[in-house]
Amino acid sequence: MFYTDFSFGGRYVRNTYALKMSAVWFCCLLITVNASAFEIESERLFESDNQRNELRILSSTDLDYMEPIIRSYQMQYPATSVLYTVASSIELYRAISEEQANYDVVISSAMDLQMKLVNDGLALEHQSSEVDALPAWSRWGNSLFAFTQEPAVLLASKRGMNGLSMPQNRKELIELLRDNPEQFNGKIGTYDIRESGAGYLFATQDSRQSDAFWRLSEVIGSLSPKLYCCSSAMINALHSGEISLAYNVLGSYASAVLDESDDGSIVPLTDYQIFMLRTALLPKRSKQPVLGGTFIDFLADSANRALIDQQVGLPAINGEVFNTHQHYRPIALGPGLLVFLDKIKRKRFIKAWSDALLQP
Amino acid sequence: MKDKWRFSTNSLGRRLLLQLLLVAAVLSALLYLAVRSVANQAAIAAHDNILGASATAIAEQLTASEGEVLIDIPYSAFSMLGAISEDRVFYRIDSNSETITGYEDLPVPEEVSIRAAPHYYSAQFRDSDIRAVALERLITVDNAPVSVLISVAQTRRGQDAITARVANTAAALGIGFFLVAGLMSWLATRSTVRPLHDVAGAIGRRGAHDLRDLKSPIPSELAPLVNALNGFIARLRDTLHRNETFMAEAAHHVRTPLATVRTQAEIALRQAETDESRLTLRSVIRAVDESSRSATQLLDHAMITYRSDQLALETFNYSDLVAEVIRGLSATAELKDLTVIADVDANLEYAGDKVLIECALHNMVDNAIKYSTDEGQVDIQLSKVEAGIQFRVCDAGRGLGGSVQRDLTVRFKRGLNVSDIVGSGLGLTIVEHVAEVHRGCFTLISRSGGGTCATLTL
Repeated sequence: MFYTDFSFGGRYVRNTYALKMSAVWFCCLLITVNASAFEIESERLFESDNQRNELRILSSTDLDYMEPIIRSYQMQYPATSVLYTVASSIELYRAISEEQANYDVVISSAMDLQMKLVNDGLALEHQSSEVDALPAWSRWGNSLFAFTQEPAVLLASKRGMNGLSMPQNRKELIELLRDNPEQFNGKIGTYDIRESGAGYLFATQDSRQSDAFWRLSEVIGSLSPKLYCCSSAMINALHSGEISLAYNVLGSYASAVLDESDDGSIVPLTDYQIFMLRTALLPKRSKQPVLGGTFIDFLADSANRALIDQQVGLPAINGEVFNTHQHYRPIALGPGLLVFLDKIKRKRFIKAWSDALLQP
Repeated sequence: MKDKWRFSTNSLGRRLLLQLLLVAAVLSALLYLAVRSVANQAAIAAHDNILGASATAIAEQLTASEGEVLIDIPYSAFSMLGAISEDRVFYRIDSNSETITGYEDLPVPEEVSIRAAPHYYSAQFRDSDIRAVALERLITVDNAPVSVLISVAQTRRGQDAITARVANTAAALGIGFFLVAGLMSWLATRSTVRPLHDVAGAIGRRGAHDLRDLKSPIPSELAPLVNALNGFIARLRDTLHRNETFMAEAAHHVRTPLATVRTQAEIALRQAETDESRLTLRSVIRAVDESSRSATQLLDHAMITYRSDQLALETFNYSDLVAEVIRGLSATAELKDLTVIADVDANLEYAGDKVLIECALHNMVDNAIKYSTDEGQVDIQLSKVEAGIQFRVCDAGRGLGGSVQRDLTVRFKRGLNVSDIVGSGLGLTIVEHVAEVHRGCFTLISRSGGGTCATLTL
């Protein structure tokens, strides 16, 4: 077992990650795999007054974010109660691909793993006027549908910056770190891509965008960085003053938390900004695909984008943003995402990343 | 099938159309299949090229290091497949026949020589049809060659969509081709059959006595038929001509002895002593006159029938001709104390066969005189009308007595009320015939106050 402690919304949860994409990825780590069941982080049943059917959702998105959506969905479908199960994106992938778990909708921020589920034929097709209205880049065929677009951002603590000017791009960030090693030593946080699906996705897409990624990784690695499992942990560490900079944090989570504190802020990097798409699919084993389809349609419906934007606090699908900001890069849905899931490719990437980040 | 065929043979046009439509249908079907197969091959070739490029991109990144083959799949290797269609992508990389990454159960070709060029194949994988490429590369690892087999596959939904689209286009093309070809077949059939209709029409429109050869232009295929028809017409014409000649000869041969008989009878009448013998002789002379007149008209009729085959059209002065006819018959008119009133426009010139016209006019005036009561009046009128020229003769005689014109113009048929007057029943037939060959018209009507009006319009 591989245990990590991480904080989420101020609440400490002891969580277990049984990482099993393939045993080969982690053959170097001492893990025993609990193959019988995937690890659930939390679960909640939203009951309806006159329950007639139950929609089962498996998601990597925290309950706090999805609750307004589910409530609103139940206003439209009052006879449907919703069972909402939260698991990490890797556990979620394992639940669907290996354990044939019984769910009607699967929501995950790990686009590559979602894409692999679709590619391996584990997702049903779904067609409706709502999903047809989605922009082409926010869906893959009739199987995978995005409903949010969330950037990976750099977070900085004003206290920790100690009067230094904020970097505008990755080149300036590299220079800033090189010029002030004492100030930032042990004060930089980023994802541990070995255990975080989102962190791995961000890092691999980052490496495709620019060579600066590897230079930045070298510099960060020389400053004894702290590695985290998830965005919320990084945000909390920044908040508590444990770190001064957090690289590749999920911007949507950050902006939701940081509004309350004026210390931490999102640093807009102008060279490029990666956007991850939170996607939903109907698993092939769903026993009620029509019901699942209604939830997909609810997420895809352009009338519900304001709800997602404002009440949920996640940026809804909006193609305009990419037209007006040339450096915003949405990660493209497609078989390209499968490349970094190749076991050899993944091994090589993690090795290169480890060589850069984990300097003795 | 055979019954249908027999049905269609009733009409040359339908038979031709049916065969042309059959050809068009076969060609349309061939067009449909050809377009489909060519387009499908093109789509498959295009898809294969991209699969090949993907596999090649992976192959180009193969390197050897520290005793093992290094594989680094480029991002573009798969993203290029996503660019053409939203199909699922599978891959498998084998090193010395051992799968080192990818989908282990992806089918790869059995032992074929694919070292030279990429090998493309279709297969079934995870309930889907796939199109795949396999590529082999030799990498030297520790001075020993290692065979690396790279297979990249994609489901065929994008291709199926193209195929369906192409099939629709090809079907539309085939149907369109058939419709156009069908329309053109119909037009072609009509234009091919038209000469037949033309010949039939030309024969159908002919007058009863028109026995000329068919001379309108005809297609060479119809020449034997028309020649045969012309031969038949010529034989008919000959027979008819011989009949007329025979009649003319006969009439001539009868007339001469009749003249002798009449002369002898008149001499005998002058020398006759008893009233009885005089009466007898007069009736003999009357019978001879009747026979002689019949013979003359038979002769005229024969002449007209003969001439109508070859009209001698010329422009001549009708006014003079009418005056001449009236002069020729004035003696007869005087015998009956008739008043002949001629209202003839001077110097009217018009085309026609002078001999035939004269014969017709003579018969009309002769009839009017013959059927007029003694001391009656005959009106003769020649005038120019819009259609050409009109000759009208009216008498105040006994009229038509209920007979209709159609009956009176039949050969040897006479009115019901004229048995007491010498006549052959040929006069009106001659006039009508002359009108016909000149494409004119002849009408015979009763006058309101008694009598008959005969009008010849040319």
